[in-house]
Amino acid sequence: MSDFDLMTNTGSSVHRKRRIVNAVMTALTAACAVFATAVLLIIIFYITVQGFSSLSLGFLTDTPKPVGEGGGIGNAIVGSAMMTALAVLLGLPVGIAAGVYLAEYGKNWFGNTVRFVADTLTGIPSIIIGIFIYTLVVVPMGRQSGLAGGLALSVIMLPIVARTTEEMIKLVPNSMREGALALGAPQWRVSWNIVLPAAASGIATGAMLAIARITGETAPLLFTALNSRFYNFFYDQPMSSLTVQIYNYATGPFEVEHAMAWAATLILVGLILVINILVRFLTRKKF
Amino acid sequence: MESKISISNLDFFYGKAQALFDITLEIPDRQIVAFIGPSGCGKSTFLRTLNRMNDTIPIASASGTVRIDGEDIYEAGTDVVALRRKVGMVFQKSNPFPKSIFDNVAYGIRINGIHNGKTDLAERVEKALVDAALWDEVKDRLNTSAFGLSGGQQQRLCIARALAVQPEVILMDEPASALDPIATQKIEELVVELKRKYTIVIVTHNMQQASRVSDRTAFFMLGKLIEYNPTQKMFTNPDEKLTEDYITGRFG
Repeated sequence: MSDFDLMTNTGSSVHRKRRIVNAVMTALTAACAVFATAVLLIIIFYITVQGFSSLSLGFLTDTPKPVGEGGGIGNAIVGSAMMTALAVLLGLPVGIAAGVYLAEYGKNWFGNTVRFVADTLTGIPSIIIGIFIYTLVVVPMGRQSGLAGGLALSVIMLPIVARTTEEMIKLVPNSMREGALALGAPQWRVSWNIVLPAAASGIATGAMLAIARITGETAPLLFTALNSRFYNFFYDQPMSSLTVQIYNYATGPFEVEHAMAWAATLILVGLILVINILVRFLTRKKF
Repeated sequence: MESKISISNLDFFYGKAQALFDITLEIPDRQIVAFIGPSGCGKSTFLRTLNRMNDTIPIASASGTVRIDGEDIYEAGTDVVALRRKVGMVFQKSNPFPKSIFDNVAYGIRINGIHNGKTDLAERVEKALVDAALWDEVKDRLNTSAFGLSGGQQQRLCIARALAVQPEVILMDEPASALDPIATQKIEELVVELKRKYTIVIVTHNMQQASRVSDRTAFFMLGKLIEYNPTQKMFTNPDEKLTEDYITGRFG
């Protein structure tokens, strides 16, 4: 018997037990991973089956019409895009800047306070943010508007972006900052052109999640943007959105409306998917 | 001999904990000075007082004087940015930026605005890479990621990056401790080569390395400078019993 056999023999019962435990645990985690993905796949599958039949070019470009005359979600797509764009325009730069501040300079009572407030804000139900913007913007303006809707979405987006940015920036090794400082770079330049690019793909992931989240928000838009049956390209008017339109179609009494709700849902999920892929592509690691 | 850096009565604190005690030391121009000593003896801390890298630690404070070319760098109104351009630093772990090889070397040149147009920038980058003995290995892939280089190459890239801003002093904090013997040898040869133009201060745990590359060696223990002598004397006939015990491996 060789030395090798001797070694495997002496510990064989222990080794077998370890192998079994290892196999069981691997199988369990794999099963959980499959379960987590399966839920998403089932949802996508179901939505596709339900919604695909109602899809047509007219559906994508038309405005809602009375039941029986067709109609579509063209204005809702435009409205969602415009309000999301406004929210991103406001929420992304401010959120990223706040995250940079928290990570690089926020090791004091002020930073801690901001961090706590941001966490609390993330946990506030979105309908309350809708009411907040309603009081702040809709009441003084005298009407619901795309502006109010976009603002509500940006408020939801802001803390998510700020906190993920902070976490991503904290992951950038300190040695990189020191390397830049040692070359005579002032602190702001280190943050701006060393730390931020190093954290860019992580920050983009956070931004992406935030965008996906606000694209799917309904509650804060009910009070603020309301809805509209027409194409509207101006922020001072009530604006339609995919989510509110889905809500309207889905709660309607007719089967045709339900089918349109499914189709609109398919478009919404598709758009979120496209945003995800696009951001991934744009922020893929170059170095 | 002319002193490039002259430190007198330097005390250094992390909060209330004193890390350096009354250090007085002269570093001659265009020589290599090695700092040796057991872990936690303050040699890295001391190194970092020479370009004020410790400023990034909020609770750190220093007293005493550190003069470089006769100017006290701890005086109020010292331009830390200018100081760090003059006193470059290479770290223990190579820390390239997430940029291309070219942009890594160009970074310091760009932020300090010392180049004169694109061609000049390219020339300066090439010269720094040549001086860091890396040019031949990377000249065909300057636009690829710095992370694609080997550990030893990354460290030489960091040296090139430090050289590119034309410093006068280079501080090296265990620059070869994470490298294999061959890469270490390259760095050591490079360090000796660089002596012709730069004053070099190198922290090392490796006593053979100190004896191979340095002209003078300083031995630190528990935040105190125990002995500072020409390297040859230090390793053959040290003045202090402690130094001898450490060098011969009786503790440490």
